[in-house]
Amino acid sequence: MKKIVSIVLVGFSIGLGLIQSSNGQSQTTEFTGTLKKIKESGRIVLGVRESSIPFSYLDNNQKSIGYSIDLCLKVVDSLKKQLQLPNLKVETNPVTSQTRIPLMASGVIDLECGSTTNTKERQKQVAFSVAHYISSVRMAVKANSNIKTLDDLDGKPVVTTSGTTSDSLIKQNERGKKINVVNLYGKDHAESFLILETGRASAFVMDDVLLAGLIANSKKPDDFQIVGAPLSVEPYGLMLRKDDPAFKKVVDDTLKSVFKSGEVNRLYTKWFLRPIPPRGIKLNLPLGDALKSAFQKPSDQGK
Amino acid sequence: MESFDGSVLWFSLPYLWKGLQYSLFLTFTAMVGGIICGSFLAMARLSGIRIIERLASLYVNFFRSIPLILVIFWLYFLVPLLLQGMTKTEQPITIGPDQTALISFILFESAYYCEIIRAGIQSVPSGQRNAAKALGLNYLQQMRYVIMPQAFHTMLPVLLTQTIVLFQDTSLVYVISGTDFLGAASKIAQRDSRLVEMYTFVALVYFILCYLVSQGVKRLQHQPSFKV
Amino acid sequence: MDSYRWNWQVFWNTVDYGGEQYYQWLVSGLLLTIATSLLAWCLALFLGILLGVCTTTPLKWVCWIGDIYVEVFRNIPLIVQMFLWFFVLPEILPPSWGNWLKTGLPFPEFYTAVFSLAFFTAARIAEQVKAGIMSIPLGQKSAGLAMGFTLLQVYRYILLPCVLRIMIPPLTSEFINIFKNSSVALTIGLLELMATGQQVNEYTFQGMEVFSVVTLLYVGIALVVNAIMAGIEERVKIPGYLEGR
Repeated sequence: MKKIVSIVLVGFSIGLGLIQSSNGQSQTTEFTGTLKKIKESGRIVLGVRESSIPFSYLDNNQKSIGYSIDLCLKVVDSLKKQLQLPNLKVETNPVTSQTRIPLMASGVIDLECGSTTNTKERQKQVAFSVAHYISSVRMAVKANSNIKTLDDLDGKPVVTTSGTTSDSLIKQNERGKKINVVNLYGKDHAESFLILETGRASAFVMDDVLLAGLIANSKKPDDFQIVGAPLSVEPYGLMLRKDDPAFKKVVDDTLKSVFKSGEVNRLYTKWFLRPIPPRGIKLNLPLGDALKSAFQKPSDQGK
Repeated sequence: MESFDGSVLWFSLPYLWKGLQYSLFLTFTAMVGGIICGSFLAMARLSGIRIIERLASLYVNFFRSIPLILVIFWLYFLVPLLLQGMTKTEQPITIGPDQTALISFILFESAYYCEIIRAGIQSVPSGQRNAAKALGLNYLQQMRYVIMPQAFHTMLPVLLTQTIVLFQDTSLVYVISGTDFLGAASKIAQRDSRLVEMYTFVALVYFILCYLVSQGVKRLQHQPSFKV
Repeated sequence: MDSYRWNWQVFWNTVDYGGEQYYQWLVSGLLLTIATSLLAWCLALFLGILLGVCTTTPLKWVCWIGDIYVEVFRNIPLIVQMFLWFFVLPEILPPSWGNWLKTGLPFPEFYTAVFSLAFFTAARIAEQVKAGIMSIPLGQKSAGLAMGFTLLQVYRYILLPCVLRIMIPPLTSEFINIFKNSSVALTIGLLELMATGQQVNEYTFQGMEVFSVVTLLYVGIALVVNAIMAGIEERVKIPGYLEGR
């Protein structure tokens, strides 16, 4: 029933929009792309993750929370002002590493609030905001295992989440280091971690910050450790549709102002230093130099 | 593995219940939609017009030879792009995940319902059809007032059995992160690493529901009026 | 947003790392789908016939075993069954067995997929076998017994040869179903056709081409299965037997 009502409302508002524009009385500038879509439908769909702790994950009430979600809500606030839509409806749509890019391209989601690395390869399909976090790819292993470096993984089962940059990184390193690992794939980070936790895989290769989040939330955090040299540096951006400069400007400007005003420090402290839901565990990841400079000189360069 | 922990189940019951409601909603709407579309397909297959018969049987055979997961992926990722290409609009035309799931199930299951309904229609003695024709009813009227009511009566048990299959199939929205009963359970299972408890519970609930309905269907079949 | 760029050459593009071409991923997925399904099919056929026979024997407790099996495996969704075998079973077994299942056994997702598909399909085949045997006039069985056949011989030489012939059409659709159902194994990480299709899509973003090819491959499999089963039906036909039914 709610669906029907919303469909009717959408149709109604599109109709209204048409009448308004045909009257030539559109009060403000003509919007394009995603902004137009949001203005006309009165809603924005955020792509959210299930287990990208602490960026975008579900709390005890299965509500989406996290650092990226907070940043996205700032964007929503700016949109409300700029589009004069005080009642802008915010909807969420779950995405995984596999589904986020097709869903963005096909227009199901308008803005992805997760932990997506900005890569040149992905920029062929989608666009990214300025970086809001910098992580590096490392691996989580059982504390009692003797795995210290990538070379120790030869012949061992290694899990990563399908659709992530880590997947191609492993393939790349296998070739470079002449090692051969058995690749396993989880649907999302929680499933990949589970594959490590239950002993099916010897290592979970993923962005260090996500690994830290998963370990902190596991039943026995002391059983795991993060080892190995960083395999790569990963700038995270909020993901949006390609070739949509007007919308990208709103997103970028919002993030820049959050960075500049120092509000980002409050958010950083909230998610990376203070206890976070659902279990009230602290991640204790102090703000690093790379990220500090990313806040000072915002950039949307892909790696 | 530590001992079985029932408390995680207890705390997550409200969320699981929401998931189950979604599964049941999907099942019910897809059943109604599937039976309606399936009836039309079946009538098309028996229409006597060669091209329509061909098209309908092509549809049915096509959907019976590809996996449901593939249908879901097509609808979820690619149909919005296709629609955009066809209508030449600026933005991709979106259908939400719920609608995607629902449309996939209707498309897919109507092929199966069609075959059941076709058999049902064929089970009605041809004298009925001829009598209806003699009364001056056209094809749709013959179907609507004479054939279908009798056919549905005989097919009811088979239709219900197919609906049990449909109910089980709805769990495949897992692949697009849908929060149906299984989706809800697996989200909690993975977050709290309580796989054993959650998946065992899920299996048990599916079993009980499907078993009860299938027993009901069996009783229905043994009623004299349903004996074919 | 510009419109979709078709590129059918994508399958011959080389993967950034590893030097393979994308079509090779699809081929390996296809082969795995076929291997999984065929292996599961053989197991399911054997187990299904055995269980179907069980449900029709005069021995009460053997009947029960068959009936309980069918009810349990028919009334739980396949994906849930796969999760039970893959995620739950190793945790409830003694640790040493569980560890063997998880790391000792090579290619655990493949074997799990084969067995769960086989167990699931066996229940459906058993049902068909049961219905088939029930449809054969009781006189056949009695006549066999009267001629001094043992119960086993009655099944082997009289009932099953008839039943299997009647069953070819429903078996054909189960055979196609097992190929379709094997795609569910992507949820436990088996890189079969559907999963490799997804992977190619992830790397190339050419979903239309990739999923078109995957769809065609599944349709092709179904056509081949249909043709094979029709061929078998033709070869084993007893003139005048089924026509009269």
